[in-house]
Amino acid sequence: MSALESSIVLPPGFEPATDGREGEAYYLNMGPQHPSTHGVLRLVVRLDGETVLGVVPHPGYVHRGIEKMGENMSVLQYLHHTDRLDYLSSLGNSLSICLIVERALGLGVPERADYIRVILCELQRIASHMLWWGVFGMDLGAITTFFYGFRDHELITQLFEEVCGARLTLNYFRPGGVAQDVPADFLAKVQVILEQTRRSLDEYDRLLTKNVIIQERTHGIGVLPAATARSYGCSGAVLRASGVDYDVRKHDSYSIYDRFAFDVPLGRNGDCFDRYEVRMREMAQSVRILEQAVAQFPAAGPWRSKELPQYKLPAGSWFRWVEAARGAFGTFIVSDGSLKPVRIKNRSPGFSNLSVLDEIARGAKLADLVTILSSLDIVVPDIDR
Amino acid sequence: MSQHAPAYPRRSLARYLIDATKSLVTGLGITGRYLAHPKEVVTREYPDNRTQLRFAERFRGPVTMPHDEAGEHRCTACGLCEKACPNGTISILATRNLADKRVLGQLVYHLGQCSFCGLCVEACPFDALRMSHEFELASDQKADFERVLNHKEGR
Repeated sequence: MSALESSIVLPPGFEPATDGREGEAYYLNMGPQHPSTHGVLRLVVRLDGETVLGVVPHPGYVHRGIEKMGENMSVLQYLHHTDRLDYLSSLGNSLSICLIVERALGLGVPERADYIRVILCELQRIASHMLWWGVFGMDLGAITTFFYGFRDHELITQLFEEVCGARLTLNYFRPGGVAQDVPADFLAKVQVILEQTRRSLDEYDRLLTKNVIIQERTHGIGVLPAATARSYGCSGAVLRASGVDYDVRKHDSYSIYDRFAFDVPLGRNGDCFDRYEVRMREMAQSVRILEQAVAQFPAAGPWRSKELPQYKLPAGSWFRWVEAARGAFGTFIVSDGSLKPVRIKNRSPGFSNLSVLDEIARGAKLADLVTILSSLDIVVPDIDR
Repeated sequence: MSQHAPAYPRRSLARYLIDATKSLVTGLGITGRYLAHPKEVVTREYPDNRTQLRFAERFRGPVTMPHDEAGEHRCTACGLCEKACPNGTISILATRNLADKRVLGQLVYHLGQCSFCGLCVEACPFDALRMSHEFELASDQKADFERVLNHKEGR
């Protein structure tokens, strides 16, 4: 190594390269304020011309220390902070904590509450995937999809506002049920959304899935082999697009998901198009679950089991994961028997899914990096916590 | 990467041109439909439509304290809302009335710290707090984020 080479300071995260391209390679900073990084994520890319040789993501720009905050408050108070992790699937986040508290304290959940939970969770999955669909199109240069995605997302958000009292930070699930009963016209509104969703999915397919530009830009781009996906702990559509059949709702069932018939969509190649298609088919499966849930919905009944004055977890440690919109979201709580937990850890799907970016983006073009990042569907506050 | 070579067929140039034209026409057809059906367009003209905005009844805005016709509130300064708040948003400043009973002096609400979770309203056993539908909260005056919710001391 010459004196000049040894004096060069590489960007953090990069090792001195031995691939013989040192002379040609250069480093490019992308983000943290970049529209395609979906928030404040910073990527440092090593490039040769337009070819990506390596990517180092630098998360942490929206780190709020939510897990540490959880050590200074009761579980019930922490519940609403989880809405601020993955804000597009906030119900899944709080559901994992509710399931933990219910198991730790032996609380039962009324049947009606179970159905409300499943309906809202699946609606949120559809809403999250719709928004992702719009953003994915926009990242590839089709701004119309962004408006269409948001238009359909808005319908579901309005229902959330009527049921939960907020549009994103819902804070609706409670240990032992839900905070309030649903309004009287809830099921009718869900039916309207289902009707609209079926129409929209058809429109999405015609507009984007069958579009030549989208196909050419996603076929064979960012191929993630099943073994790599498994070893990095990927989950959700990223894992299933690689052909690994794992869905927490199906294979580690929780709540009342075992009562519904639904398929787990799988991909073959693990490329961007498969990840796209798996999410589109997941929306159709969510519609299927919702149809069954609406048909079985109990007409009346309690929505929350008896409220406790304090939710003190007994000493011990608990873990529960759920299938959030982006993959397996888990919460690990260690308690010493007092009101405040000793330690809370959230296992976020976005962090594991982002970790494979370097592996699958190598050899791709810089423009494909945007496609790959978008197909991973990350939400940065979920990664930084 | 190579062991999972994707099995997509490569298009010939003629096929490519046909497919490209087809998807171009389909895309233009979908977007053009909305041009011809302006009633299906969902855009709303905020802030021009401010007067017609309707909020869901459960919408959680800033906390308020309802007062009855006589100007009385129901707060007893028990402090449960203060304890329930995850962010330390509410400060109950209690005082004593002429009969030496603990009553509410001021309920100071630090709006800047509030995350609108609604736990204080759920915790209140006397139904003394409500979430309002106020939503345009931006201000350049720091004093706007420190509110005293009660109009007068408790009795």
